[in-house]
Amino acid sequence: MKNGLAISVSDLTKRFGDFTAVDAITFDVKKGEIFGFLGANGAGKTTAMRMLCGLSLPTSGKAIVAGFDLYKESEKIKKSIGYMSQKFSLYEDLTIRENNRFYGGIYGLTDRQIKDKTSFMLEHLKLESQADTLVKALPLGWKQKLSFSVSMIHDPQIVFLDEPTGGVDPVTRREFWTMIYEAAHRGTTVFVTTHYMDEAEYCDRVSIMVDGKIEAMDKPAELSKQFNAKGMAEVFVQLARKAKRSDN
Amino acid sequence: MKQFLYFIRKEFYHLLRDRRTLFILFGMPVTQILIFGFALTNEVKNSRIAILDNSKDEATKTIIHQLEASRYFDIVEYLHSYAELEPTFQEGKIRLAVVFPEQFQASLLHTNAAPIQLIADATDPNVANTLTNYASAIIMDYQSAMKETQDFPYTITTELRMLYNPQLKGSYNFVPGVMAMVLMLVGAMMTSISIVREKELGTMEVILASPIVPINVIIAKMVPYLLLSMVNIASILLLSVFVLDVPINGSLSLLVFECFLFTLTALALGLLISSISDSQQVAMLVSLMGLFLPTIMFSGFMFPVENMPIPLQVLSNLVPAKWFYYIVKDVMIKGTGLETVWKETLILFGMLIFLLTISIKKFKVRLE
Repeated sequence: MKNGLAISVSDLTKRFGDFTAVDAITFDVKKGEIFGFLGANGAGKTTAMRMLCGLSLPTSGKAIVAGFDLYKESEKIKKSIGYMSQKFSLYEDLTIRENNRFYGGIYGLTDRQIKDKTSFMLEHLKLESQADTLVKALPLGWKQKLSFSVSMIHDPQIVFLDEPTGGVDPVTRREFWTMIYEAAHRGTTVFVTTHYMDEAEYCDRVSIMVDGKIEAMDKPAELSKQFNAKGMAEVFVQLARKAKRSDN
Repeated sequence: MKQFLYFIRKEFYHLLRDRRTLFILFGMPVTQILIFGFALTNEVKNSRIAILDNSKDEATKTIIHQLEASRYFDIVEYLHSYAELEPTFQEGKIRLAVVFPEQFQASLLHTNAAPIQLIADATDPNVANTLTNYASAIIMDYQSAMKETQDFPYTITTELRMLYNPQLKGSYNFVPGVMAMVLMLVGAMMTSISIVREKELGTMEVILASPIVPINVIIAKMVPYLLLSMVNIASILLLSVFVLDVPINGSLSLLVFECFLFTLTALALGLLISSISDSQQVAMLVSLMGLFLPTIMFSGFMFPVENMPIPLQVLSNLVPAKWFYYIVKDVMIKGTGLETVWKETLILFGMLIFLLTISIKKFKVRLE
């Protein structure tokens, strides 16, 4: 990727009728960075992320993802990114091994590669004994970690995680973030949304969206300083209070 | 191509692991054929009737014997007066009463005319009609037999021939109907549910974010149900031929080809439904109300389309099952070939192309 940028977005906008879900956002994400994408419910995070993954066509604006143009090269983008949606996205009636084989397969991995990846992943997650268990029999924390591993099966340059730790216990969340750090260490850019402010502190940089616009963006420590706050939680509350819309 | 095979394998896992649904899908055609074949039949057998014989002579005895001997009737009561008629009907003991007047044989011989009264319980008009027809036929038989022995100057006899289905078996009618119903249900409903399920689960989102070609997603979803439908066709045809004695008079390969064509049409419809529904319930409701009911009502297998008001007749042309039903009846029962069903085949083919085109166009590559 040129100039070390994984994602480069300018004036990206999405309108549904006369509702502007994402309002001319502009930001860059550096290669290998863990970028926290924060915002209250309904602020437009998921819509923005979906546009970057090629799941939703922007109304206007520009975006380069993994070095490819969002409009013209969305197929190339799809090969270079991993995506973990808000909903749990593995097949519950398939075993861990079968899920791996399926997702590896649709990303064009060879059988050999899938096999290696699977055994590496199982060993790493200490799930060797569960390889042939149906996914529905696993606890939520494991499912989420598994889901993350599967979204990384093809070694993507960028991985998009949409609230990956929702409903997960603190210990597992900690383990999950260890996995995120490992991925970033290997050079993968991590683009993550979350509602947990302790997680926001783990990010290299965060942006906070309010009513479709990015209201603040910097390193967590800098933001705290700037807003004269004790931590990200306070920064977030200060900004989110200004919001006119919410989803409830 | 390889992607595609991974996809199909996954679809088979889904199908094979959902044992309950699988059982229903394979069991449904079998039970439907058996139920229609043995329980739900509009043939009338062993109907309970009563006789009021005010004459008790040679002629009435012969007719009563013939009624009793037929498999349609069971004589359960011999009445003695008109007054007993009504209560017997009211108690539900009988569906039909045959009343002979006094001096039946005498008036028959002397005036060449003698009335017999048939009184039927018409709460179910179809059954009443059928019963009076059967009874009249038996009486006509007697009359014509008499005419042969005694030299009447004018004899007019009607001779009926029931073409293609001499025994008037109901199964000749419903086997094609059940085929249409099952194929429509398996094809359209199951495909639409399986696509919408992935939307509901969120897996569709992840698949669409991957580099897979969307058309492959669609085709991979269709393959297992196409195979399943073919198995169902085989089991329906085997049951029809070996259990219900319904023949396959025409070419088997033509019949299978037409089934294949109809199944594809059903799958295309399922695809279309999946693109307009967001939940499995909606997909199921749309399939049932929008496909299953019209299939039953407008294919002509339960209710004759010719008797419907013109607007409904026009509407029935839009129902693929109607054309399929024509084709199967022609090929299977009448034994005709492509030369008589080419028009219907073309119509089905046209419907298939039309549905596939719009549903592939409508299949959302992006999420909203």
